[in-house]
Amino acid sequence: MLTILFDGIAYGMLLFVLACGLAVTLGLMNFVNLAHGAFAMAGGYVTAVLMNRFGVPFLATLPLAFIIPAIIGLVLERTLYVRLYAQSHLDQVLFSIGLVFMAVAAVDYAMGSQQQLIQLPSWLQGRVEVLGIQVGLYRSFIIAVCSVLVVALQLILTQTRFGSRLRAAVDDPRVARGLGINVSAIFAVTFAVGSGLAGLGGALGAEILGLDPTFPLKFMIYFLIVVTVGGTTSITGPFVASLLLGIADVAGKYYLPGVGAFIIYTLMILVLVFRPQGLFARGR
Amino acid sequence: MTPALETRGLVKRFGGLTATDDVTFRLEPGARHALIGPNGAGKTTFINLLTGVLAPTSGQILLEGEDVTRLRPELRVQRGLARTFQINQLFAAMTPLETIGLAVSERMGGGRDWWRVIGSKREILDEIVEIADRFRLTDVLGERTANLAYGKQRLLEIAVAFACKPRVLLLDEPAAGVPEAERHELLATVAALPREVSVLLIEHDMDLVFSFAERISVLVNGALFTEGTVEEVSTDPRVRAVYLGESVDE
Amino acid sequence: MMANASPSSLTVEKAAALLGRRARWRWAEVLFWVVAAATLFLWPERHLILNEIAIIGLFAVSLDLILGYAGIVSLGHAAFFGLGAYVAGLFAKHVTGDPLVGLAAAGLVAGILGFATSFLVLRGADLTRLMVTLGVALVLGELANQMSWLTGGADGLQGIMMGPVLGLFEFDIFGTVAYAYSLSVLFGLFVVARMIVNSPFGLSLRSIRDNPLRARGIGIPVNRRLVAIYTVAAVYAGIAGGLLAQTTQFVSLDVLAFHRSADVMLVLVIGGVGYLYGGLVGAVIFKVLQDVLSAMTPQYWQFWIGLILVLLVLAGRERMTDRILGLWRRLTGRSAKAVDATRASTPVPEVQP
Repeated sequence: MLTILFDGIAYGMLLFVLACGLAVTLGLMNFVNLAHGAFAMAGGYVTAVLMNRFGVPFLATLPLAFIIPAIIGLVLERTLYVRLYAQSHLDQVLFSIGLVFMAVAAVDYAMGSQQQLIQLPSWLQGRVEVLGIQVGLYRSFIIAVCSVLVVALQLILTQTRFGSRLRAAVDDPRVARGLGINVSAIFAVTFAVGSGLAGLGGALGAEILGLDPTFPLKFMIYFLIVVTVGGTTSITGPFVASLLLGIADVAGKYYLPGVGAFIIYTLMILVLVFRPQGLFARGR
Repeated sequence: MTPALETRGLVKRFGGLTATDDVTFRLEPGARHALIGPNGAGKTTFINLLTGVLAPTSGQILLEGEDVTRLRPELRVQRGLARTFQINQLFAAMTPLETIGLAVSERMGGGRDWWRVIGSKREILDEIVEIADRFRLTDVLGERTANLAYGKQRLLEIAVAFACKPRVLLLDEPAAGVPEAERHELLATVAALPREVSVLLIEHDMDLVFSFAERISVLVNGALFTEGTVEEVSTDPRVRAVYLGESVDE
Repeated sequence: MMANASPSSLTVEKAAALLGRRARWRWAEVLFWVVAAATLFLWPERHLILNEIAIIGLFAVSLDLILGYAGIVSLGHAAFFGLGAYVAGLFAKHVTGDPLVGLAAAGLVAGILGFATSFLVLRGADLTRLMVTLGVALVLGELANQMSWLTGGADGLQGIMMGPVLGLFEFDIFGTVAYAYSLSVLFGLFVVARMIVNSPFGLSLRSIRDNPLRARGIGIPVNRRLVAIYTVAAVYAGIAGGLLAQTTQFVSLDVLAFHRSADVMLVLVIGGVGYLYGGLVGAVIFKVLQDVLSAMTPQYWQFWIGLILVLLVLAGRERMTDRILGLWRRLTGRSAKAVDATRASTPVPEVQP
């Protein structure tokens, strides 16, 4: 029971790292980026390729799993995404679905359609018993890394100049611009960091979530749930939503293997219908 | 006589803010009544309560003696309460002909007809032609609304509301933003509205208020400040005090 | 101005003509259907793919009804398509093999789901609608997967035996009867859809798409209209799915997959949103592209579809649609001036939250 809770938390944390970039994209530019998962996939493949082809140790691949998707994100944002902010949501959806299709096919072409397996270092394998609970070492590692990231993100958002500008821009881009804040630069940086985090999440999650070319499509819905249920006005909302989703998903698959995903989708619809601004959004 | 439109103790609070403060108001049948007030006086909230966009915190709204407080906006329109918008709210991709035709056919209950081609009913066409004529839109009927001159769009704004055959018409700053050259046409059209329509005009432009209205109500901080004939209100020193130093355009 | 106003009767006729001009059949439209019918006799070796085109076309017309005419963005339209397919398949297996009865059942059940879920898309902005429609499709996909005792699960629904159409025409392996059947259904439903969008009801939908606030302001019961058209679109999608099940005599989980919803959106967008023929034109282009691309690069043709989507959006989808529409109207006998007047600079605004 507690083991499931523990696994659920690890899963939820992972989801948060994967999806928090999307929350910012949506909150800041009101951009529906269905291609977010493609950046996560990029990170996963960076790690898989470096480890399996070049023998780079797992930990050493993680920075690159962040940096490479971040650079891809930055380039795409500056060249393509930036043209679409003023367009309708339909256009944004079409555009990002197009990107997903391209990413899926391209990765399939380059890497093959099989699952990518990564060999975790031995010190991250296995389980230990802590206070009578069976705890997976790798999941503990994920929780630790993600916790550090969450705390760091929260600190950046609340304590730094960049963070306050970002929050101002999310609150009201027009007013922020009027105050002399360079919203588009902030957005480019945030987009890159969000993509990088997704990449890092993809690398960390390759072992748990699996990694194959359909990754962006398979997990798109999960990211969207996190963002829509959590709201986009803070990172606490998506964080809580991620944890709930993670725990519910793990528990659901364990206790009610037949209906797990079904319940999650239904709950999502209900939340959307009754709280369109997100479960934790402050009222407007 | 039953008032055309009446509110009794109407209150609207947003959190701690009272936007409409115990407004009891009567619009007599056939009235030419203006509602004025400084910025932030709550005119827009009041209109939104009347039309049903907002639900009041307490109080009653009566349309020709019938309680419509809980009625949905579109049902109030069907009962004869139409409004125009301060900022054009038109159907950009449709033509004035389609826009007016839509309003007329909806009023006649034709909106559920899915098998009939638009414009196959004689009585609808007759009315479209009459309204287009009244609002001087005949020569632009086939153009895309988004391409019309601003003054024409304002006329269409009123024409659409008029096409709902209202008994009470709320005009929300009908002349706002209309260039000087086109103002006269607009004012003349408003003045020529038939007498059986009771009109409540929300306006900043005192020229228009004085040339059109017979009675004036002044709204300040959400409450009715005073009400009277044009003569009474325009000479009321307190009204002058309220307006003094206030910006007159919103 | 009063002086030069034409006599009332004349203007009434002019107004009627102006209002009804969208509704008149034009020779290019007639030609379109004549060509479609001619392929029945002239192109027998292509009937299988033409049948698919007709089905996808109907599916896209269904999406156009809600997206192009009512402004409802949906990422889960496959829910109705898939449900229709399963209903038609199960109906043939367990009730009767008569195609038309099965098709009616497929449309009916999909329509019931459409009606029930329409209330979910009434509120909220585009994103909420996207998520809710996507969610409904996912729930259905999950259900179909779990209820494998009924649906065959991942193996698909097999052993569908169809009776002859109208008791006369047996389905053949070349797809000729299938294509004739699908094309007839498509034509019939298209004519009805055309009637709907050119009716006062259709006009009220367009007004809701343009400006829901004002639509309410002239007394239009916006929610009821949206429920109505969403239900109709669901029926259409259900029938399209039913046609697929009946003519291929197989249903797999694929009918409810996300890519179905994405594909139909692509089909509609390629052909152009908001004039009904867009779905049909898009279906032809899409299938031909799919054919050519998958011949060039089997497996990876999705890449090219993705690229097309990206380029289409970057190049300005609306502008291209306008150009196609302009060409269409010119072909169909309206002057260029009229085209410019009705379809100029400003794009159609999306529905506001």
